[in-house]
Amino acid sequence: MQRYSIFSLARNAFSHHQNWQRAWRSPPLRKEYDVVIIGAGGHGLATAHYLAKEHGITNVAVLDRGWLGGGNIARNTVTIRSNYLRDESIPFYVKSVALFDQLTKELNFNLMYSKRSMVDIVQTSGRLRDIRRRMMNMDNHGSTYEPISVEEVRRRIPALTGGGPDSRLPIIAGMVHTDAAVCRHDAVAWGYARSADDRGVEMHQNTAVKALLRTTDGRIRGVETDRGTVCAKKVAVVVSGHTTTLTETAGLRLPLKTMNLTAFVSEPVKPLIDVIVNCPDIGVYLSQSDRGELVIGGANDIGQSFRRDIKQNVFEDTVVSMLELFPALKRLKLMRQWGGTLDIAHDATPIVSRTSIGGLYVSAGWWGGFKAVPAGGYTLAHLIAHDEPHPLIVPFSLDRFRHLDFVLESGTTTAR
Amino acid sequence: MLLIPCPHCGPRNESEFQHGGPARRTRPDAAGVLDDALNGILDDAQWVDYLTVPHNPMGPVDEKWWHVRGCGAWLILTRDTVTHQILGEARHGR
Repeated sequence: MQRYSIFSLARNAFSHHQNWQRAWRSPPLRKEYDVVIIGAGGHGLATAHYLAKEHGITNVAVLDRGWLGGGNIARNTVTIRSNYLRDESIPFYVKSVALFDQLTKELNFNLMYSKRSMVDIVQTSGRLRDIRRRMMNMDNHGSTYEPISVEEVRRRIPALTGGGPDSRLPIIAGMVHTDAAVCRHDAVAWGYARSADDRGVEMHQNTAVKALLRTTDGRIRGVETDRGTVCAKKVAVVVSGHTTTLTETAGLRLPLKTMNLTAFVSEPVKPLIDVIVNCPDIGVYLSQSDRGELVIGGANDIGQSFRRDIKQNVFEDTVVSMLELFPALKRLKLMRQWGGTLDIAHDATPIVSRTSIGGLYVSAGWWGGFKAVPAGGYTLAHLIAHDEPHPLIVPFSLDRFRHLDFVLESGTTTAR
Repeated sequence: MLLIPCPHCGPRNESEFQHGGPARRTRPDAAGVLDDALNGILDDAQWVDYLTVPHNPMGPVDEKWWHVRGCGAWLILTRDTVTHQILGEARHGR
């Protein structure tokens, strides 16, 4: 692999940048692999990278119906954080943030990783109690959460002029999560893809998996694609939103509902907000990208949906909420909006698990799955390699539904 | 924004309604299979399936809506998860 550095940049400048190597190959699709990963998104590509790097399994194909990195890795709000609620979740996200911290170096790919605090704006006393409890829980697992005063909140976010004493929901406190970061989301997919490709993994774009195939004794045999049958003894389904669509072709029913989550960006403006602002009481969060756009996220469309566009009323509700706290943004033009489909289990905790079909693994139920990409890939690779769950994902197994041992997690941004 | 056909109020905006989740399926121990349940034939897996696995098709789903900012009725309607089209008439929920 051609390494990226200041020297390679200078060297290629002399040849007018005509001689850069392709970041990954496009080999012909073979009939058989050791492992097939369905979905070339963040989680799928991270899994391929860690399978090759940590476990030496390189006879792997990553199949995608569309293009590499075109799913939810391209449709999120780039927030990386570990301020979750439950003992089962926090260590997993702490691990993910730790992996993100060194990912630019590990992948030799500039992720434009920007460590910036997340400031929670608290507007109800119930929320304050909940968030203090969360602080103590996070302390136990090495994550950071610190209370700050209203004055300090306003000092850190000068654009925050709403939420005064006479408003509908006055700001009563703030919380700072110093581990939070943002980064270039596409670069995460591209970096993992380039690194996995370098180790021998094959990525096949425009290869739609139509069905999962089983042997006569019920194990997984491979997948049926629109380019023919591909055999593999191990298959991982990593296709946010369409997990049940695929697993039901093998008769496997999963406790997931598919929903649409909306986000949008404003026109670029001068640097205005240098932290990630999260307003759990009114259901909106925003940060400013390197290009100056405000990246804004809010609530989901409440019913099941397989759409990737947005509903006007969901979008308007989020904007109205945001303007309560940031009235100065009223004149700002919004440039783009998008929705992504994600599937959610009713306890809002992901599923990274073996299934009742031998050799079939599922990584699904990610709600805010961008921050989980490194740890999700790391642990799924461990699961595929050893057929045993990594300690961090034992609570995320499908067994929890059988034992009614749910991990009720309301720490996902929009659900909290 | 969905336009929901309320049997009392006519077509109304989605913002007048509260979503009530997927419409409840038939209990696995409902009349007809109850004898099996009593005999212990109904196993945990069937209960877990009933409690946790929603119908998640790319197509029509039955779901509950509460006309909370209107007449207050609970409705069940069939909506397509891909086109958002509401199919047929809304039924009374309870």
